[in-house]
Amino acid sequence: MMMSDTPMDEEQRQQQLAEAQSKSGQMGILTARFEDLIQWARKSSMWPMQFGLACCAIEMMGMISSRNDIARFGAEVFRGSPRQADVMIVAGRVSQKMAPVVKHLYDQMAEPKWVISMGVCASAGGMFDNYAIVQGVDHVIPVDIYVPGCPPRPEMLLYAMMKLQEKIERQRMHEQIEQKPKVQTRTEPIFPKKAYMK
Amino acid sequence: MDNQQQLEILRDRFGPEIVEWKEQWGELTVVVKPEAIVRVCEFLRDEPGLEYNFLSSVTGVDLGVDANPRFEVVYHLYSIPQRHRIRLKVRVNEDQPVPTVTGVWKAADWYERETYDFFGVTFEGHPNLRRIMMPDDYEGHPLRKDFPLRGYRR
Repeated sequence: MMMSDTPMDEEQRQQQLAEAQSKSGQMGILTARFEDLIQWARKSSMWPMQFGLACCAIEMMGMISSRNDIARFGAEVFRGSPRQADVMIVAGRVSQKMAPVVKHLYDQMAEPKWVISMGVCASAGGMFDNYAIVQGVDHVIPVDIYVPGCPPRPEMLLYAMMKLQEKIERQRMHEQIEQKPKVQTRTEPIFPKKAYMK
Repeated sequence: MDNQQQLEILRDRFGPEIVEWKEQWGELTVVVKPEAIVRVCEFLRDEPGLEYNFLSSVTGVDLGVDANPRFEVVYHLYSIPQRHRIRLKVRVNEDQPVPTVTGVWKAADWYERETYDFFGVTFEGHPNLRRIMMPDDYEGHPLRKDFPLRGYRR
């Protein structure tokens, strides 16, 4: 409503109000598909779980800070406990020792849950093609969105959250729980031991 | 104290137990026999004038599958009061244990665990010798020269 300066506009204001109400049906009844409303509610209030493992965590903090504000997308609080979180942002390299912990925490999250794999280390092992790093967290948990970058800029991660919101919007409710993304099985053969190795 | 002065003191005290010494780029390296390492470290820590109270690190070197002895254990020492450094080395084979220096500096505890984890060098008398960075049930010692970069299992 417009702010009026003079008291004479009170009548005009009442008139405008009446006009607006008649056009919008007095802010009356909205009909929509139940599923659409549920998915809208889910995507607009995704609470991430803080899971910064390595350097990507710094860029994730950059996304949380006021410059690139993730709270305006509904991710108001970063929950410390997996039981209270919706989306798990795996930010950083996952070592062989940490992999069962990641799985454990993912299992503790309540449905519906999603995973964003942030950075190349979490998506595909990154620059670490060695004995200690799992080559992509999708060997351990199902991942919905992959974000490349080393580290990805906060804007990229924000775009990933938006993409996840679009994905949630077009998913059916039962699909979310029954049809998770695929978890990779081991594709490399076990390295053969040469004769000179003891 | 000067490198040469330190070397003189060590040679006076531990003559036959010093296998080799080298001074390069202003750094003194002394190779000692494995049996003597604890006594040398205690002497370096307690002797007034030397006062090596800070163990910077303990690491290992794999000289290759065919080398004999195969591993070198390297001790970097620093003296905070005197502000001088020295490097000690010990050469062992795979099955030879090295006496632990955790009695001299407590910091050696985790450093020796790391050397055991990645090279397989055992330390005699260590209070808690188990893997520190790799998972506990891991097989193999990753920083050996015959261990593949990607590991045996993914």
